[in-house]
Amino acid sequence: MTTPTTDIATDRNVRPVSDNRRKILEATMKRFQYQGDALIEVLHKAQELYGFLSPELLSEVAQRLRLPPSRVYGVATFYHFFSLVPQGEHSCTVCLGTACYVRGAAHLLHDLETLSGVKAGHTSSDGRFSLLTARCLGACGIAPAVVLDGEVIGHADCSDLTARIQKLLGREE
Amino acid sequence: MDLHELEAIAEREQAQRPHLRILCCAAAGCQASGALEIKRRLELVLSAAGKLAEVEVTPVGCMGLCGHGPLVRIEPEGTVFERVTPADAEEIVSALEQGPCNVLHCDLNHPFFTRQQPIVLRHCGRINPERIEDYIAVGGYRTLYHVIHDLTPAEVIQIIARSGLRGRGGAGYPTGLKWATVAKSPGERKFVICNADEGDPGAFMDRSVLESDPHLVLEGMAIAAYAVGAEQGFIYVRGEYPLAIERLQKAIVQARRLGLLGAQIFESGFNFRVDIRVGAGAFVCGEETALIASIEGRRGQPRPRPPYPAEKGLWGMPTLINNVETFANVTAIIENGPEWFRQIGTEKSKGTKVFALTGKIRNTGLIEVPMGITLREIVYEIGDGTPDGTPVKAVQTGGPSGGCIPAELFDTPVDYESLAAVGSIMGSGGMVVMDEHTNMVDVARFYIEFCKDESCGKCIPCRVGTVQLFNLLTKLRNGQAQPRDLDTIEELCELMRETSLCGLGQSAPNPVLSTLQYFRHEYEQLIGVEVDHGS
Repeated sequence: MTTPTTDIATDRNVRPVSDNRRKILEATMKRFQYQGDALIEVLHKAQELYGFLSPELLSEVAQRLRLPPSRVYGVATFYHFFSLVPQGEHSCTVCLGTACYVRGAAHLLHDLETLSGVKAGHTSSDGRFSLLTARCLGACGIAPAVVLDGEVIGHADCSDLTARIQKLLGREE
Repeated sequence: MDLHELEAIAEREQAQRPHLRILCCAAAGCQASGALEIKRRLELVLSAAGKLAEVEVTPVGCMGLCGHGPLVRIEPEGTVFERVTPADAEEIVSALEQGPCNVLHCDLNHPFFTRQQPIVLRHCGRINPERIEDYIAVGGYRTLYHVIHDLTPAEVIQIIARSGLRGRGGAGYPTGLKWATVAKSPGERKFVICNADEGDPGAFMDRSVLESDPHLVLEGMAIAAYAVGAEQGFIYVRGEYPLAIERLQKAIVQARRLGLLGAQIFESGFNFRVDIRVGAGAFVCGEETALIASIEGRRGQPRPRPPYPAEKGLWGMPTLINNVETFANVTAIIENGPEWFRQIGTEKSKGTKVFALTGKIRNTGLIEVPMGITLREIVYEIGDGTPDGTPVKAVQTGGPSGGCIPAELFDTPVDYESLAAVGSIMGSGGMVVMDEHTNMVDVARFYIEFCKDESCGKCIPCRVGTVQLFNLLTKLRNGQAQPRDLDTIEELCELMRETSLCGLGQSAPNPVLSTLQYFRHEYEQLIGVEVDHGS
């Protein structure tokens, strides 16, 4: 259920000088007047900025919103959208909604797992590729649907998809 | 903003509009098939031909026939082209003068179009969802004006109650009754929430409505807020629907700018502010008390009812929660009167229902049909059967809370009571067609796996029951089950249904029970037989 963002897996220490992500996050919390009710909105923003929710980030949010860390952790782990570990640079999300399932999404996922060597829900050991699943993208009209780095692909076909993934991974090597 | 200004906007819009318009579907499905590139190419071809002043290319919402997308419509002529590619742009532009090109022509006389009765979807695919002027030009926000200036809150509730409208989220609770309860519940503040947490896999009605006609929902919410006495509204949208969120945000900003939302709407004493809350991927948040917990920034776990949200909801205040489609019905009912609405549908289920028709079906897409239509008409006439002619085996309605209805029962009329009588539910509108190649035990296991992952863990029957059911079904599928395991499955289903806290756990056994009822032989075939895991 994790939606890929382009800003994924960049180590926070890599660009400390131009890092205004903290400021943006602070502005978001300020907009909600640091109310605990806004926790989910704040976590959305934090994940959008950093790609995932690290323990330090969670404690910082807890502190700023004056919430117990247990509550922040509880919310972050309850919702599928939030990821506590970094995601791969590139990601492929296979929709496993009913319409996609009936049109062979489970086979597609199985084949992708075999071909990429990455299990669903995991990231390759080099951190370059994540294979994810979604419950329903609402794109049932073009089932089976897949999201490759944010782009929705309808009537997904395994060989075409593998070629695209290879291209994504290969181009930057 | 007053009525004159509103009409002036509509007139200006009509006057400025070129006679010929090319409408390109820019809903999520068609966008994924390259609709935006088609729009760009059409504009290029038109500008090369020097026709950009006479012909307007407009992005619109869902035209319904998603499986044949991307779709392009020519207005005012009404021709629709299907499966358009960017390379077809020239042919479409030349067809503006020389008549339609046959290759891409979409047959509008097909039952897919003629059997539908659009009320909720009446503007979908005809207006640009990102421009409030388009909505105003088709009569938008007039009903809100009329309601605020000519009707009392009690009169509005009476109209909705008399229309017989029932909740379109699936359970079918009478909308008028719910509004009346919120209106009479004491509270220093009241809230209106639009439930757009469309979590059922295989359903995309709410997404399409929000992407295609967001102002219709906002206007319905504002009318509801006026009726129940609320000044703050929330739309809780799934995080998986980025386009719907973007268009809603735009719509809210535009409406606020024109004074159609916010303080002193239409220069009256009525204030209504709407905020969006983006879900974070939890199916259980479609349950109203869990949804409220989520808006309050907590884990989306339901609580026992009563008290119902209508009495004690968001921050303990009386809260009206309705589904997207319910709100989208409001303006039409007030415009045309409750008697008009009552004429559509069956005795107990009035009006129309939007369905997402998907799975093994030729015409995949979004449809709106009068209540009481039979499943046979939907599957064989509107849907045109399976793509390769394989016999249809069953239709699944209601997602993980619903059931599978076998082909023998396809004469069942689609209304709340009839679907419940055959072991399914109306649900929010997902309708997945399954053919002879679909294994029903696999389908049941698929749904139970879904519920197992989505159970919030608060109550034991659901938390443990879904896991046990999943294990039993897996055992069955692997050919390791004993005949008595079927009894255990049934017993467990009964127990979950009776003792779970919320709708998720209570209805999770439905896919299993309905497939056991109608396709028991498929279960029995698997007892003690090792099967190939590949399929």
